[in-house]
Amino acid sequence: MGGADAGFVTTKIEDLLAWARKWSLFQYPFVTACCGMEFMSLNGPRYDGLARFGAEAPRFSPRQSDLLWVVGTVTQRQAPALRRIYEQMADPKYVIAFGTCAATGGFYDNYTTVPGIDKIIPTDVYVPGCPPRPEAVLDGLMLLQQKIQSGTRHPLVVPPKEVPEMVQLRKKGTSVYYGQKKLEAALGETNPVAALNAAFVEDRTGEATAIPAHLKDHRKG
Amino acid sequence: MAYLIKKPARTLSEQVYAVEAAKGLGITFRRLFTNVFGKAEDKKIATIQYPDESRDYPERFRGVHRLTHRVDGSPRCVACLCCSTACPAQCIHIEPAEYGEGDPRHGYERFPRLFVIDELRCIFCGFCVEACPCDAIRMDTGTHVPASWSREHFIFDKETLMSIPGRDGTYVTDNPRHEPGDPTHPGIDRDHHH
Repeated sequence: MGGADAGFVTTKIEDLLAWARKWSLFQYPFVTACCGMEFMSLNGPRYDGLARFGAEAPRFSPRQSDLLWVVGTVTQRQAPALRRIYEQMADPKYVIAFGTCAATGGFYDNYTTVPGIDKIIPTDVYVPGCPPRPEAVLDGLMLLQQKIQSGTRHPLVVPPKEVPEMVQLRKKGTSVYYGQKKLEAALGETNPVAALNAAFVEDRTGEATAIPAHLKDHRKG
Repeated sequence: MAYLIKKPARTLSEQVYAVEAAKGLGITFRRLFTNVFGKAEDKKIATIQYPDESRDYPERFRGVHRLTHRVDGSPRCVACLCCSTACPAQCIHIEPAEYGEGDPRHGYERFPRLFVIDELRCIFCGFCVEACPCDAIRMDTGTHVPASWSREHFIFDKETLMSIPGRDGTYVTDNPRHEPGDPTHPGIDRDHHH
């Protein structure tokens, strides 16, 4: 965008383009969950949410759209698809996280749910609510329009959180052993846990511990 | 068992379709012209032009949280951690602290040194309000959490939560509090009744 050295005409053209962009957003609704119902009520006659803001026509091809609505919970298995759809969109492209689940994962504190789409794709606007009111969504849409007009986009990708304790555990291979312990308990081995604990204590300083051979055999049987 | 459905009798104008279609379109276009060019009181538009006009949320709408005040302006919260325990999204973080020496509440109640709600993670279920034994946290503000472009903006601390008034514009609640020393106070333990 035009800086201090940019000419008057250039700046005005950029402003004009931004103005045109913000009033003709072509949306791609990536609707996965219950927030989709509220997305429909937003588009209904009572709020007529997106049509009044020039974003009426949804485009179900990412190539033709420039606003990605992520509406609902995104699971780990959907994450690659979402990422791919985002990458297929042509620049300039914008992302709105609609609802608590898309923004942070909400109360799904488990291994199948992506804790916020900003772990995968840059997110422009977060709309809180479970699901959000249409008013809240329109606030988010107007905020995005302001961002487009001002040209100050801060694409925000939150890096995955590295919990030090978890990294330590993974290095020591305890997660492998936890499953192994359960397996051994099911098989009825003679006190395999003690042997495993001994191996774990010995290998405390080392890299990931290999599974002992005599335990590997049980896995096959 | 089979039975016969009689076809409704149709007039000629209904049969030729064009007349009835014109009638229907007439209603449509009359509404259109009334709504676009008509007088304000004749318009029948269902759409709420949100940023310019809005309607109040329902009375029991669960909006952004607020921490209610005591009469001296301190939070009613006694940092019992009921709300953060009940929260299914685990979006409430409280760090309790003791009142100072000489305070009548010292050794009797705690207060939240930190009270943080991640409003982006909150699912607005209202369990925290139900769990609270002191009527200290409420969601009767009648406003939604505004959207923003950064996760940090949704971390509401104690001061922010205490600065949000209820729908009636006040920071207190109608439920009376019985402070230590008040004649209505039931006593700080079983042996020391007033």
